[in-house]
Amino acid sequence: MSRVTVIDYGVGNLLSVSRAFEYYEADVLLTDSPDEIANAERLILPGVGAFADGMAGLRIRALVKPIKDFAATGRPFLGICLGMQMMLEVGEEFGTHEGLGLIPGRVVAIPPTGANRQSHKIPHIGWNELRKPIPETSWDDTILEGIHEGMSTYFVHSFTAVPTSDEYRLADCFYNGRKVSAIIRRGNLYGCQFHPEKSGNVGLRIIENFLQLLVE
Amino acid sequence: MKNIRLIARLDVKGPNLIKGVNLEGLRKIGDPNLFAKKYYEQGIDEIIYMDIVASLYNRNNLLDIVRQTTQDIFIPITVGGGVRSVDDVKEALRAGADKVAINTAAIKRPSLVFEVSQRFGSQCMVLSIEAKKVSDGKWEAYYDNGREHTGVDAVEWAKKGCELGAGEILLTSVDMEGTAKGFDYELVKAVSASVPIPVIASGGMGIIDDFEKVIKEASADAVAMAHVLHYGKMTLEDIREEATKRGIKVRDHDNV
Repeated sequence: MSRVTVIDYGVGNLLSVSRAFEYYEADVLLTDSPDEIANAERLILPGVGAFADGMAGLRIRALVKPIKDFAATGRPFLGICLGMQMMLEVGEEFGTHEGLGLIPGRVVAIPPTGANRQSHKIPHIGWNELRKPIPETSWDDTILEGIHEGMSTYFVHSFTAVPTSDEYRLADCFYNGRKVSAIIRRGNLYGCQFHPEKSGNVGLRIIENFLQLLVE
Repeated sequence: MKNIRLIARLDVKGPNLIKGVNLEGLRKIGDPNLFAKKYYEQGIDEIIYMDIVASLYNRNNLLDIVRQTTQDIFIPITVGGGVRSVDDVKEALRAGADKVAINTAAIKRPSLVFEVSQRFGSQCMVLSIEAKKVSDGKWEAYYDNGREHTGVDAVEWAKKGCELGAGEILLTSVDMEGTAKGFDYELVKAVSASVPIPVIASGGMGIIDDFEKVIKEASADAVAMAHVLHYGKMTLEDIREEATKRGIKVRDHDNV
């Protein structure tokens, strides 16, 4: 049985995330203990809300270093929604804020207009199709194993991650023509902008794939 | 073009899924969990549960249903009816809900919208507006399932709710609800044009033409369906197929 540690730092709804992992019979531990986080087998950073609040929640519990230490081990890490955004170096929501810096890049507002210059609704809420950032991108042996381009997941966000290099983008989607990072990746560190725990069959497959990533 | 969200709205009274006309004349339909499961398997995008008597009798037994539903349904769930405080929202989220829809308590104390969005994020705060037409181009917000009027202009209330931090608006036409005679298109259009946040059109869908019209002519971002699904008038597969034919983008039901 896989052991999954979910970081409980006062932000967001952890129940759905736990249930999705329990659906695959993972042993789920909710914790804010620095030791348990640094020594996790698989680590999940969930979260909704504003970037600065999320980082403050981590800092006040002294969790930034344990998360970075965990990330350095190469064991599987999954950031979800705000948890994904905090993986970047800098967030630009309500000012400029330092993130975890697990993946180089910034988090910026989704443009207030679509590619056609018409204003569109923000937040981006709803199901959107996963696309390969470049045709050569392979989803084999990643959390997208078995998932095809064009399959949809559930998004709700106003800001989007912009990694410094396309090599960190595993999947994108397009909101009225504007490119949005759907999944970022660096080795075994993954971040999903969408909610896999709320994305039906496709999301469950991602959860299952994450549980099958090899622990070094 | 973006996907239009297909949402099943399940009005619940006690342990039963019910359906009424104009939010009254209630009729039992069955076990809400079985219906939710069926729609999930057919590829519904979201589910809204409304305890339609909660605000009337000051009780909320909907959360047991939500707890059960979210064991094996992995899509966004919104809970409404009887949500009166930040603590109530916390309870709903703990039961597995992702968002709450608030009408009565927000009308009585608009700052609740701000408090909920500050605490849990705008994505969690759905402002539920029950609107009744008073004259051409004018609608009034109601509460307690269209029983109590407020004197508040529905479009102005939508704008204010948005400023207070609501992330979406669930817009129900009291006049059309349960009639299966189409949406109040003018209402949906007026609200959608007034706010930058998504508007879910609710109340009145009977045939696919209604769906097409509320999206193309009234700019709805999502459609809440009850009658048409609960009575098996259309399946989600029918709706997706017809939507696609008519040039409306909806999510494919992906099997992996």
